[in-house]
Amino acid sequence: MTTQTASPVGARLDELVDGEGRPALIGYLPVGYPSVPGSAAAVRAMVDAGVDVVELGMPYTDPVMDGPVIQRAVEAALQRGTRVRDTLRVVEQVAGCGAPILVMTYWNLVLRYGVEAYARDLAAAGGAGLITPDLIPDEAADWLEASDRHGLDRVFLVAPSSTPERLELTARASRGFVYAASTMGVTGERTTVGARAEQLVADTRAAGAHRVCVGLGVSRPEQAAQVGKYADGVIVGSALVRALLEAPDEAGGPAAVAAVAAGLAQGVREAHR
Amino acid sequence: MPATGPLATHTGPYFGDFGGRFVPEALVAALDELDDAYHKALADPSYGAELARLHRTYTGRPSPLTEVSRFAAHVGGGARVFLKREDLNHTGSHKINNVLGQALLVKRMGKTRVIAETGAGQHGVATATAAALMDLECTVYMGEEDTRRQALNVARMRLLGAEVIPVTNGSRTLKDAINEALRDWVANVETTHYLLGTVTGPHPFPEMVRDFHSVIGEEARAQLADEIGALPDAVMACVGGGSNAMGIFNAFLDEPSVRLFGFEAGGLGISSGKHAARFSGGEPGVLQGTRSYLLQDEDGQTIPSHSVSAGLDYPSVGPEHAWLHDIGRAEYRPVTDVEAMDAFSLLCRTEGIIPAIESAHGLAGALQLGAELDGWGLDHPPVLLVNLSGRGDKDVATAAQWFGLLDEGENR
Repeated sequence: MTTQTASPVGARLDELVDGEGRPALIGYLPVGYPSVPGSAAAVRAMVDAGVDVVELGMPYTDPVMDGPVIQRAVEAALQRGTRVRDTLRVVEQVAGCGAPILVMTYWNLVLRYGVEAYARDLAAAGGAGLITPDLIPDEAADWLEASDRHGLDRVFLVAPSSTPERLELTARASRGFVYAASTMGVTGERTTVGARAEQLVADTRAAGAHRVCVGLGVSRPEQAAQVGKYADGVIVGSALVRALLEAPDEAGGPAAVAAVAAGLAQGVREAHR
Repeated sequence: MPATGPLATHTGPYFGDFGGRFVPEALVAALDELDDAYHKALADPSYGAELARLHRTYTGRPSPLTEVSRFAAHVGGGARVFLKREDLNHTGSHKINNVLGQALLVKRMGKTRVIAETGAGQHGVATATAAALMDLECTVYMGEEDTRRQALNVARMRLLGAEVIPVTNGSRTLKDAINEALRDWVANVETTHYLLGTVTGPHPFPEMVRDFHSVIGEEARAQLADEIGALPDAVMACVGGGSNAMGIFNAFLDEPSVRLFGFEAGGLGISSGKHAARFSGGEPGVLQGTRSYLLQDEDGQTIPSHSVSAGLDYPSVGPEHAWLHDIGRAEYRPVTDVEAMDAFSLLCRTEGIIPAIESAHGLAGALQLGAELDGWGLDHPPVLLVNLSGRGDKDVATAAQWFGLLDEGENR
């Protein structure tokens, strides 16, 4: 487990944090909602509106870390026939749009595809790596090897309940950044970002992580500004997905997502450090 | 992976290639805390004594062993059939064995709230019962489809003071109830214990829940020794998640002369695609914290299971069963809805015992095996031990409808 391999997302974070003096805005959208092409258009729109790194969700039947908003979108995506290969296709289509693309996936989908085969095909499509909410480093031997072989980032999560030993283990295994869950819970919009987030970021850095980004419950520009004061990146999902869900029709989706993304992009630019 | 050492005391997190901990990091600290509390309790004689006292004075253990000769006549092959009567436990099934063990751990860990998933409602009722007894707050997640087919158990849980939350996501059955319980647990893990009801999920659940149920096989083995002075030739049980089967198998795992059979829900038949036969129609994969056999499509998406019995209606199975299957120590076969309901009716009419529809799958398995017994080359009448894991009161409405027992006007 080394961080010597060049990190696609790490390079982008260095540019923003060291170069521009601001945190990154990381935006989540699932593939296949409202349709496969519709999700690709929405991703492009959010990048054009100021999202720095894309988290592309692979729809799964049993998303235990997701709250009601994201559940609704991925259930619809699956009902409309979205396949694992569609994710790789969307990665390919949006890879040149100016932001590195991380795929967020529950682990069984990658296991089924084959860990090595998925890593190879994701790298070939231009993807930057994976965020794995139900895979802990302890179970990730195959993925650690495959991601090294294909130069992919691997983003593992830490939570307020993580012990110092586990923070260290996770920091060592991660490449790109460590995803700090701001609160104990699932994805969704919250009126306040967990008070333990700032401490968790500090503890994760102390455990050896170079970059730590915060997600879960961040939905508004002022929250992005506040979290961005201490985190290297601010991860927003449900607020963007809600914009898509509430768009009057498929054609209106990208503009709705762009409006939310633009506000958040303003937020991270106010997070001077 | 070849097994080393006795099978009966094999510990997690891995059972061969199966098991593990495929969970969000947020839950790892709670799983470590549970593992630690469990092993400390095992080393503390007062814990075992308290659990034994509860089983004697509250559960009603030991549960009887009943020879069912009128039923055995239908099995054929000259077989003697013995039922381990977990249906006679307080709350009506084996589930109480595990629930009391975990509830005592909850008190030791200082948590004040338990959550549980339930399919048939038996685990939910047992959890609500233990929560009432030990003054714990209790929330039970149950698929909306299951709240309909097991309405009696919903009322029982509410009488016992539990909150029952019908789950309307996905297939609205056991799998979806577990997803909701996991989401609740992630958010409330500091005060809440997830009292998982079967031998699946992340380590240490498969090992710990098996241990809590191993009393079933230990009692049955001693009771059979008293009764006939011999081991059984075959031990059989229905397998949903697989807790009642592990419970009765465990005492016999290291006795090579004893054949072990698990009967899965074959639903409308394997070729129909509507079943819960993970060993006939599934392949290894990860679901809800563990790696095991899983009903999944070519992308790895979970395929919804089907069974007339809510308690067997689950697309995966405990990892130790997956291992026993792969090393050839236990055999797993499907039993269709029709076979199970025929066996259900037969036990009612020949022995005066109304079984749970889940347990009727084990009885149907005994009837299937009857035709093969002549080929086993035994020098004595075959002795079959079946775990009657639960009673059928909860299933009366389903059975009445299935067999057309009520006239139009009597139907509600």
